[in-house]
Amino acid sequence: MLKDQDRIFTNLYGMHERTLKGAQARGHWDGTAGLIEKGRDWIIQTMKDSGLRGRGGAGFPTGLKWSFMPKESDGRPSYLVINADESEPGTCKDREIMRHDPHTLIEGALIASFAMNANTCYIYLRGEYIREREALQAAIDECYDKGLLGRNAAGSGWDFDVFLHHGAGAYICGEETALIESLEGKKGMPRMKPPFPAGAGLYGCPTTVNNVESIAVVPTILRRGADWFAGFGRPNNAGTKLFAISGHVNNPCVVEEAMSISFEELIEKHCGGIRGGWDNLLAVIPGGSSVPCVRGENMRDAVMDFDYLRGELGSGLGTAAVIVMDKQTDIIKAIWRLAKFYKHESCGQCTPCREGTGWMMRVMDRLVKGEADLEEIDMLWDVTKQVEGHTICALGDAAAWPIQGLIRNFREEIEDRIKAQKTGRNSAIAAE
Amino acid sequence: MLRRLHSEQPESFAFTAENQKWAEAQLTKFPEGRQASAVIPLLWRAQEQEGWVSKPAIEFIADMLGMAYIRVLEVTSFYFMFQMQPTGSVAHVQICGTLSCMICGAEDLIAVCKDKIADKPFTLSADGKFTWEEVECLGACTNAPMAQIGKDYYEDLTAEGFAQMLDDLATGKPVVPGPQNGRYAAEPKSGLTSLTEYDSGKTQYNASVQLAVDIGDGVKRIQGNEVPLLTPWVGKDGTVAGRTAAAAPPKAPEAAKPVAKQVEETKKAAPKPKPAEKPAAAEEVAEVAPETLKEARGGLPDDLKLLKGVGPKLEQTLNELGFFHFDQIAEWGEAEVAWVDSRLKFKGRIERDGWIAQAAKLAVGDETDFAKKAKKDGRYDDE
Repeated sequence: MLKDQDRIFTNLYGMHERTLKGAQARGHWDGTAGLIEKGRDWIIQTMKDSGLRGRGGAGFPTGLKWSFMPKESDGRPSYLVINADESEPGTCKDREIMRHDPHTLIEGALIASFAMNANTCYIYLRGEYIREREALQAAIDECYDKGLLGRNAAGSGWDFDVFLHHGAGAYICGEETALIESLEGKKGMPRMKPPFPAGAGLYGCPTTVNNVESIAVVPTILRRGADWFAGFGRPNNAGTKLFAISGHVNNPCVVEEAMSISFEELIEKHCGGIRGGWDNLLAVIPGGSSVPCVRGENMRDAVMDFDYLRGELGSGLGTAAVIVMDKQTDIIKAIWRLAKFYKHESCGQCTPCREGTGWMMRVMDRLVKGEADLEEIDMLWDVTKQVEGHTICALGDAAAWPIQGLIRNFREEIEDRIKAQKTGRNSAIAAE
Repeated sequence: MLRRLHSEQPESFAFTAENQKWAEAQLTKFPEGRQASAVIPLLWRAQEQEGWVSKPAIEFIADMLGMAYIRVLEVTSFYFMFQMQPTGSVAHVQICGTLSCMICGAEDLIAVCKDKIADKPFTLSADGKFTWEEVECLGACTNAPMAQIGKDYYEDLTAEGFAQMLDDLATGKPVVPGPQNGRYAAEPKSGLTSLTEYDSGKTQYNASVQLAVDIGDGVKRIQGNEVPLLTPWVGKDGTVAGRTAAAAPPKAPEAAKPVAKQVEETKKAAPKPKPAEKPAAAEEVAEVAPETLKEARGGLPDDLKLLKGVGPKLEQTLNELGFFHFDQIAEWGEAEVAWVDSRLKFKGRIERDGWIAQAAKLAVGDETDFAKKAKKDGRYDDE
């Protein structure tokens, strides 16, 4: 198990001093100017060496992403935009950072922006997190007050501003280009890529969009060294990670653990086991609603990292939002609920997604009741394949994958329900 | 879900004086000419003040930001947090119904809402105090099931506790948000399994609840005087540090103005004489007038539409300027291009589409890819 001294988010639950003073006592904002003095190339190289992969779901190497930003300005400013639009069902990790350990994020924003030649950072927070916004803004105000932001931020010689902005309840704004559109005051409809945001993003200027957790771990990595961070987890899956475990465990919680921890250890150590014991485990969604579910029996020995979950189980780590379902759960209804979610959140720009999500939800509707024909399972599979990969952004894929996971892993349950419904109806007729 | 303007709208809308100041302060977060970026926070403040977003509020904010009414309306209807119909006078209750909450008992909470408030969502309760809806994931999944009431999250709910809470809110009794089962925040309920080594003694509440209790504005209609207005990013000299250090972003395309304003402006502009045409690119390349013709040689002009980037309208303009043949265009130099550019009002188009290279080919009878295609599909035949 990860030791407390190796945890980055030392005030994850907010039980300790939340002010700047408290954060400094726990080692944040320590020698920030010195880190910046070492220069852009050193920062980006250290981030590459640390092996940090983006924590927003896709797992793209963070250092590499930063290196796409132009080294010299062509007259346009550069922007760092922090994606705090945490809306993926199951995910609630960034919330804890922003309300309880905000200084990790603000310090990270300064260093990351410097590395990308950006003087301005926008944090795009989901609209519902109102108290979290107030808590984070209070921390930002305190930093301005103490000279850690603004002109010559933290004595680094770099002029830097952090602006807190928020959305108003649209899941799609977690997609980076939709987020940029929304930040420009428009509907959050994703843009075609290319041009990628590093070339033309916010206001047509070079922009990098990073997840909250990816930015918040930066100062600690730089202070303790790339090797320290890379020492956790299997190769290519380095570091520590916030896991959010919800659903049918005895003690749901958000916790920071080393990558590549086994699922069993994660649940036993922190969550007090599965409700009703391991034999009662039906299915797990290991990385937020967008990744396919996995059967419980395959999950017990699973290694919680990007490569294992994707390669061995055909799922994904995503945002490390683990949703656990025990055998009292109606798994078909559970996936129907996700289908309903995606139908609600499709922005309506691409036809396959706009129409497909509704289609899939309506078929799922009938599968939940068992009022369908067996062939419709394959038909539904077909529809998911026609949505997947045919849209501007990944929402279409994200809507298709949970259903594919259901059909792959729980086809028998669907068939049984359809058959039971049919025979039930038939015997009822026979009895009349 | 159908989202449109409510059938009954109030006469007018205005921010309270404090909210107006707050709204103006929001604009300083964005570079010059990018005020539209503030549309979501402003609409949200309007809703916090009134309980919902009305048509006058949309128009008020559009005028304030120099946006077309339709742009603000489409933002309002796109984002689901904006209520487009009146909500309960005490609170609008939002139950998270997505997966983690659903499997932990959100359906029981919805049953309470149906029982105590109204059978259907977005419907006022009999006493007018509440409305409710089922919303998608609110991002507090380890504290499921949960609901948002006003500004606050009420977590780890049970149906009985939730019903009691609605009763208390209705009678104005204080309710404390946050986990309702004795938990502090998102830690394991049975006790800490990590972070025990940094113990510094905890404050009474977690950060969200502490703010709710301190400010006490959970279900209040926001006037703007609840907390002091701070804009620390605006320096003493009135400038924003990071913005003066860096170059400005490219100018925003001119925002469409509300029709009423356009009409007004046309009226104002009408009596004035048209300002003399100024060469736009004067400082870059001096313009030199190219040779022009009064009419096509032998009355047989070339089909300039075969140039990629030239349509019927542009062809007519070119003809009026005195260009009828490919060889004329092929002879333009930089200075001539600048002259034509400033008259076409399509800055940069000549270079972008490579007219001169195309014209050179077409002038000697060669084909270009575009010309072949244009001829083949006869795209201009019916003009």
